Amino acid sequence: MNFIDNPRKLRGFEKHTRVEKISRRSILRGIGITGGFVLAAPVMSRQAFAYETGAGKMPHGVVVDPRIFVAVAPDGTVTILAHRSEMGTGVRTSLPLIVAEEMEADWSKVKVQQAHGDEVKFGNQDTDGSRSTRHYLIPMRQIGASARTMLEQAAAKRWGVPATEVKAVNHEVVHGASGRKLGFGELAADAAKESVPSIEGLKLKDPKDFRYLTKGQIGIVDLHDITTGKAGYGADVRLPGMKYAVIARPPVTGGKLVSFDPAEAMKVSGVEKVMQVRGWPWPSKFQPLGGVAVIARNTGAAIKGRDALKLVWDDGANGKYDSVAYRKELEEASRKPGLVVRAEGDADAALKSADKVVIGEYYLPHLAHASMEPPVAIADVKGDKAEIWAPVQSPGGTREDVAKTLGIPEGNVTVNVTLLGGGFGRKSKCDFALEAALLSKELGAPVKVQWTREDDLHHDFLHTVSVERIEAGLDKSGKVVAWRHRSVAPTIASTFAAGANHAAAFELGMGLVDMPFEIANISCENPEAAAFTRIGWFRSVSNIPRAFAVQSMVGEIANATGRDQKETLLALIGSPRIVKPAVKDMWNYGEPFDSYPIDTARLRKVVELVAEKGEWGRSVPKGHGLGIAVHRSFVSYIATIVEVAIDDKGKLTVPRVDTAIDCGTYVNPERIQSQIEGAAIMGLSLAKYGEISFKEGKVVQKNFDDFQVIRIDESPLITNVYIVPPGPDTPPSGVGEPGVPPFAPALMNAIFAATGKRIRALPIGKQLEA
Amino acid sequence: MIKVKINGQEQSWGGDPDLPLLWFLRDEAGLTGTKFGCGQALCGACTVIVDKEAVRSCITSINDVAGREITTIEGLHPTGDHAVQKAWRQVNVPQCGFCQAGQIMQAAALLMDNPKPSHDQIREAMSGNICRCGCYQRIENAVHLASTGV
Ligand code: FES
Ligand code: FES
Repeated sequence: MNFIDNPRKLRGFEKHTRVEKISRRSILRGIGITGGFVLAAPVMSRQAFAYETGAGKMPHGVVVDPRIFVAVAPDGTVTILAHRSEMGTGVRTSLPLIVAEEMEADWSKVKVQQAHGDEVKFGNQDTDGSRSTRHYLIPMRQIGASARTMLEQAAAKRWGVPATEVKAVNHEVVHGASGRKLGFGELAADAAKESVPSIEGLKLKDPKDFRYLTKGQIGIVDLHDITTGKAGYGADVRLPGMKYAVIARPPVTGGKLVSFDPAEAMKVSGVEKVMQVRGWPWPSKFQPLGGVAVIARNTGAAIKGRDALKLVWDDGANGKYDSVAYRKELEEASRKPGLVVRAEGDADAALKSADKVVIGEYYLPHLAHASMEPPVAIADVKGDKAEIWAPVQSPGGTREDVAKTLGIPEGNVTVNVTLLGGGFGRKSKCDFALEAALLSKELGAPVKVQWTREDDLHHDFLHTVSVERIEAGLDKSGKVVAWRHRSVAPTIASTFAAGANHAAAFELGMGLVDMPFEIANISCENPEAAAFTRIGWFRSVSNIPRAFAVQSMVGEIANATGRDQKETLLALIGSPRIVKPAVKDMWNYGEPFDSYPIDTARLRKVVELVAEKGEWGRSVPKGHGLGIAVHRSFVSYIATIVEVAIDDKGKLTVPRVDTAIDCGTYVNPERIQSQIEGAAIMGLSLAKYGEISFKEGKVVQKNFDDFQVIRIDESPLITNVYIVPPGPDTPPSGVGEPGVPPFAPALMNAIFAATGKRIRALPIGKQLEA
Repeated sequence: MIKVKINGQEQSWGGDPDLPLLWFLRDEAGLTGTKFGCGQALCGACTVIVDKEAVRSCITSINDVAGREITTIEGLHPTGDHAVQKAWRQVNVPQCGFCQAGQIMQAAALLMDNPKPSHDQIREAMSGNICRCGCYQRIENAVHLASTGV
């Protein structure tokens, strides 16, 4: 392999600063400033029953029980369980912090313990869909309030006074009248004997007394460990007698092993065994692909052994999958009528009689998650018992799937959740844990299955590939009177059932049928698209191509009518109202519309806020351009302004990004800011470089040299985040995902403003180079 | 028998001399702070300091470092209070944290070589380290903070 042509690649002993000199743009000198502005303190009610969420409808719902989530030790240490997976959003801190706040615990005396996978005990644990704060703000407050009430009751009994006379304050219960105090530790044993108060009778703290929530001053619990190398990720688990494995998997989805020769691999020093791994026919949800495993005394030996394997595969039906050809198919499908999934007025007629029709066809290729930590899992299977250690987003789902795969009762499976070195949806699928379980069972020893980066890119559950075609009909005044949006993309449902060719309801609801513009004639269509590889959730999911298309189209309409982008956008959003699309059983991120309507007043608000704070319309140097985009996803509202600079060689840089988010009531503004900063980087990565392509059924890209992501020298110089102060009892909404979708279209609109070039196919790649 | 000094401790290895240092550290020596991200010197997650230089341990064989002094994230500072580590905490750099050991080691090596790097120098020196979570602005700010005194 030859890597020397990659400037970022450092040979072991090349000096670290000898990264190839990258020419500097004089206009971009300046420091990287990160700005965060919380505009006002949020309002949170004491009446925490003011809104409903979809939490109860998730598998296994919600468990509100302080005896399960909180433990108080005699020395005063309060242990709070984190039952959701930490992949960088800060949830392992935020949810326990809510409990600590409500129970008046002193955060410095709190220990956070990660719950294992058990949804019957802990409620839903599937950390996906930007749901954690949205679904657990209320339950965590209730758990904390219950624990506080039990401590107060125990103290009141000890002192023989009415419970109404005592109050928990900062890790103690105080009797105001007599000045007596008892620490939480001293009350622990008695409090444990108290009955758990009914939820309805709980009194929640007055938000003005909050010490932690909404303040953003508590660092994540793992901060010290992360900076000292002690934080435990998937691969960091070590068990006595543990073996190290890597697996050669079929290079084409649905392919099969024909034969293999282990002889050369067995000669590699440290290799102990070569064995076949059971695979399932495609599609089979998250079941392993099968292949050949090399077992060794360390990962390096296993990788070297795998390189020496001789393998013969039968590629099967997907062996012809070719991205260039498939793009043409998708484009052709987008030009013909498809299944109508939303119809209002008569879009056909209105397009025919329109004064002008603006048409855009937008292409977005497959994307890989490429979380920094490749998939990895450790399994120890003994008889009919299995223990797993893995960075999984859904420990409950993993437990269920391990039990099914091994044919043992779910109660015999323990899933320990490590920290996740990024997830982005990849680690919602537990195939890597299933592989480890199968291998451990056969070996009769604990085993770690490590995926390499090449494995990760080749065997991902990829973000779909899509063509979004939009036709906008304008009347003489430039008003949009007709809107036809055809969305063509293989569905995630194809990973669960063969022949699924249409988008599932949840995919339609991500930026297609929930389109909020005030237009009289609307047709949303979903022509068929077949899948030829594993399709899965990728951070923000279908919202990425939909927002890219819809918000780019806004820019195209602005250009066609000679109007300002922001004014065009606001005109399309129209009056402040609740949008109720004519769609049967419309999906709303699993949330009831009553609490989480499509509210154009909030959509307008983030546009206006970002325009004001981000100085929309400011004059920029030659070669620079401003672009704006807004999108509602995961029931949050986000608007972004990107300033782009394109030099005369077509090199693109981003001097500044401004984002306004309305995510309702929030817990930790500092982590919201970090998620939005990261979303800008991910948005820029996918816009500039993001592409997984197929040739002869195989993924072309191998590693970070040909699947590039944004590095620090290309990252925006300034990213400002503005958080909209929520109204009283505005329900909390998503943060982890909504930041990504508006970035790419804002960038495309900015590129158009800077250069007059409209990019409709991602990634940008070399399209700007003259 | 290959002998190396890791975080001040002598270690020896009698196996494959071509074994990448990364896997020796992680799987044989049990020092799991150093991370595997790409195996091809493309991401920087595996960065350690050999003598005074930042090195990608995934493509450096154990044989290449025979007789040399290796510092991993675990050995950067006895209490984890190296200026870079402190700055990282002050700026709340990490999201998932997986890339951060490599980032910190790279930054520490940069500051040994150039105690007062400019922003361009920071961006250049750190450009071999990927953070998929996108903590770059904070990384830049933290290196700057570490160089000006935490
Ligand atoms: S693992 Fe060594 S540079 Fe990526
Ligand atoms: S913090 Fe997640 S990869 Fe850097």
